[in-house]
Amino acid sequence: MILRGRVWTFGNDVDTDVIIPVQYCSSTDPQEFGKHCMEGIDPDFHKKVKPGDIIVANKNFGCGSSREPAPIAIKTIGISCIIAKTFARIFYRNAFNVGLPILECAEAPNYIKEGHEIEVNLDTGEIRDLSLGRSFQAKPIPPFMQDLLRDGGLMNHLAKKLDLRGGSGSRKMV
Amino acid sequence: MGMTITEKILAAHAGVEKVTPGDLINAKIDIAFGHDLSAAEVMDTFERLGVDQIFDREKIVLVPDHFTPSKDIKSAESCKRMREFAKRHQISHYYEVGEMGIAHALLPEKGVVLPGDVVVGGDSHTCTYGALGAFATGVGSTDLAAAMLTGELWLKVPESIKFVYHGTLQKWVDGKDLILYTIGDIGVDGALYRAMEFTGEVIERLPMSGRLTMANMAVEAGAKNGIFQPDGVTEAYLRGRAVRPYTRFESDPDAVYAAVREYDVSQIEPQVAFPHLPSNTRSISQVENISIDQAVIGSCTNGRIEDLRIAARVLRGNKVAPYVRLIIIPATQEVYRQAMREGLFDIFLDAKAVISTPTCGPCVGGHMGVLAKGERAISTTNRNFVGRMGHPESEVYLSNPAVAAASAVKGRIANPEEVAKS
Repeated sequence: MILRGRVWTFGNDVDTDVIIPVQYCSSTDPQEFGKHCMEGIDPDFHKKVKPGDIIVANKNFGCGSSREPAPIAIKTIGISCIIAKTFARIFYRNAFNVGLPILECAEAPNYIKEGHEIEVNLDTGEIRDLSLGRSFQAKPIPPFMQDLLRDGGLMNHLAKKLDLRGGSGSRKMV
Repeated sequence: MGMTITEKILAAHAGVEKVTPGDLINAKIDIAFGHDLSAAEVMDTFERLGVDQIFDREKIVLVPDHFTPSKDIKSAESCKRMREFAKRHQISHYYEVGEMGIAHALLPEKGVVLPGDVVVGGDSHTCTYGALGAFATGVGSTDLAAAMLTGELWLKVPESIKFVYHGTLQKWVDGKDLILYTIGDIGVDGALYRAMEFTGEVIERLPMSGRLTMANMAVEAGAKNGIFQPDGVTEAYLRGRAVRPYTRFESDPDAVYAAVREYDVSQIEPQVAFPHLPSNTRSISQVENISIDQAVIGSCTNGRIEDLRIAARVLRGNKVAPYVRLIIIPATQEVYRQAMREGLFDIFLDAKAVISTPTCGPCVGGHMGVLAKGERAISTTNRNFVGRMGHPESEVYLSNPAVAAASAVKGRIANPEEVAKS
């Protein structure tokens, strides 16, 4: 799958408290999470993002709390993919589990600037900065994680595997 | 080639003889834990999938500890959902207000998490249980839902870094200072994706409270888990607590480590982590005049009885500075009762501190001590990120309980030596 979008850049150690403050985590409404996405850095971030935009960050993106509203908030406002030098491990799992593609690339964040147009090939890990006319190679997404993304996250993947039939949101709890 | 304690526990739970770092395994889960925030999302996930089943009612732990007693209608609703789920599935380890505590203090105290276990929890500080010699790691609520449903979870076997502590601890220095110093040394991603194994003669002498504090903050260095070798201290702690038999694992002498770091603790002073990263540490003697508005003593990091005793030693005969709030939060009901019995509450009340029921409240900027714009706190908690304790323009400094107590008395970040009368 190839994604194309405009870039928003972030620095080192973007933590989950700035991605979504805990005050908004008693809700389970993704729209509510989205409204406060990156509030600790830029309260208007969610208004500026266009669907398909891409975040490019430095190291240790998503450190801190295990809160899953963090990747959900980012996904909800329309970010299609995050590229960072490294991700905090719980955020890394959570992103795949909620179906938000993320790529680790040591080089790209050094060159890609805010506002650049980039193209990301999720299958090969190739990142093309169209504004720079330069390509970067991210670590390819492991096959197991690609399966998760294809199935739309861990629970849908499990539902398929365990034949729970759900995943569409159609069945209600009894 | 031998295995580390982390590798041995994971191999045993994957049903294989040997694992090596990088292996993807399906691990059997001994305990899956959720609190009022993460469990509410698990219930959501279950509803979306149309499932309402769990793998084992004895192996699921639910604790309302973040926004409890409920601070508003939304948090009351998430607690209610969790309570109803616990009731419906007859969850053995559900702890209602009145017997609850901050989970990471409560579960070791109740003997629910044990050496050799694989524990996953919907909270990043689940790594605390590594103090007992368990493999324990934080996960998001989807992973938690998968674990609660199937009793298994996929894990990547981490490389281990060995931390060796030599020498003798200085006065007022404890586990909090060792872990802050270590994070200051390696950075907030210094152990990213890796296991932190804590060893050395200082660790052998360190009480369980200090080990729990250190393992608790492994995640602040990016680690997957922090772990200690179970020993006599572990056995003594678990006597009369452990609810089931357990297995002690230990690292082989020829186990392979990604790195080994050695520290002479004789040189380590009480540490203060400045805003806005836990790695932004300075020795207390290097801290200039920094006034504070609030001090918090408690949390899963430092809310145990040993922490409150240290705070009391500093506060005895002293008063909190004018216009400063000191909030003391015993982490569990047992800690609360013990502190009361020992007369610590009189010392706290005489010093003009407030004593709260157990809650994670202020650490996450939830309730019971949220900061206003421009306010500054010193806290025995584990994170000082932007907006962590309230307004995005407030500040949090992290320290041990002695420094937090001394700072409350002085109204500025202070060395306990300046204050303690005994």
